[in-house]
Amino acid sequence: MPIQYEGIVTEHRAVRESVGVFDISHMGELVVSGEESEAALNRLLTNDLALLEDGEGQYTLMLNEEGGVIDDLIVYRTAPDRFFLVVNASKIEEDVAWIKKHLPAGVSLEDQSEIFGALAVQGPDAVTLWERLESRKPLPPKNGIVEYEGGLILCRTGYTGEDGFELFSPANPIGDWFDRLVSGGAKPCGLGARDTLRLEKGFPLNGSDLDDKHTPLEAGLGFFVKLEKDPAFIGAEVLVRQKEEGLNERLVAIAMTGKAPPPRHGYEVRDEEGEKLLGELTSGSLSPGLGLGIGMAYLPVAQTKIGTPLCIMVRDRSFPAHVVKKPFV
Amino acid sequence: MNVPDHLRYSDSHEWIDATDSAAASMGISDHAQAELTDVVYLELPEVGRVVKKGDAIAVIESVKAANDIYAPVSGEVVEVNEALAEAPEPVNEDPYGGGWMIKIKLSDSSELESLHDAGSYREQIS
Repeated sequence: MPIQYEGIVTEHRAVRESVGVFDISHMGELVVSGEESEAALNRLLTNDLALLEDGEGQYTLMLNEEGGVIDDLIVYRTAPDRFFLVVNASKIEEDVAWIKKHLPAGVSLEDQSEIFGALAVQGPDAVTLWERLESRKPLPPKNGIVEYEGGLILCRTGYTGEDGFELFSPANPIGDWFDRLVSGGAKPCGLGARDTLRLEKGFPLNGSDLDDKHTPLEAGLGFFVKLEKDPAFIGAEVLVRQKEEGLNERLVAIAMTGKAPPPRHGYEVRDEEGEKLLGELTSGSLSPGLGLGIGMAYLPVAQTKIGTPLCIMVRDRSFPAHVVKKPFV
Repeated sequence: MNVPDHLRYSDSHEWIDATDSAAASMGISDHAQAELTDVVYLELPEVGRVVKKGDAIAVIESVKAANDIYAPVSGEVVEVNEALAEAPEPVNEDPYGGGWMIKIKLSDSSELESLHDAGSYREQIS
């Protein structure tokens, strides 16, 4: 996927106002199957698979023994003993190795990333566009998954905060699907818009906002962590302890207070006076929707209250910013 | 792409109009603005700053990234387009007109010879 086709702002607006299509063929697709697959996966994932029926999916995280994030992913139950996992491209190998290491005999993992291409079709007009193109292949309900002949899979999920769906199919016809969706009115969108769209909604990006040093609780993803699960998932003990003792750091949403250069990944976050270093931005961009610089950073809990004044350092100059509520829009 | 004949161009896509060598105006080419798209922020130098050819003289930011703008010639900054610091849209909409950024008093007019004329710049970006 290119950074942009026509321009990030134009593509971003198309997704917020009508419909855009992203080629997300780089994403990883894994299939875990076997009689004990639910129990085995539930030991590896923070959310609870017992909440899923056939055809339903959930956002979840896979942690290391220290409670740090290996990957965040969507897991769908396609049958009581078969699960479809959509994982981050940069983590496919690590995920596969980790899962394999922990699967009992009788449960198998198949990496189908090379087989599948994928598109994300996102925006308020995504569903009507699909209904116009393929009225005989209805979309599943929110977070759902449905499989059709020829290996076509449709999931009602996305990474933009808009309604829409993700289409998986053997890599060959993906280009044809892309062209048909564009002919039908979807604007081709690149990585740049994918990033601004997810950041405005406060969705974390693994490798930037999530990493193996921070837990999902610190990342503000407690909703997707089921500590009461029994048996517990790998990393749970660390999270339980964090919950008892309180967090040191939390991932917060930050907005620039006025006209400023766009904040970017890696910029220093300091206190109001611009003196004390508090952290650094894990993500940052100009928000096309707000016309304002926005970002996220792990900060000491004392500095995470909404409204807390901060400074962002840009090329050795400090610009005022403050903690805001997620999502940004 | 619009490449006006009366300007000179650098490898890094700045243009300069040296009709008045005491206040030669410069900006970025139509090609450069189209590559950047959506310019959202511009940081201009102080008037009076003395620059050498090739120095980073300004910073231009699109949604996707921050990029340096380089001085196509040596000299002293005599004027900057303050309006762009508030609203940089002319850089995209009118790169050779309202999108001018900086005026430089040239210290060595012969440096202009090392820049592209319109014909050779057209070749570079084709």
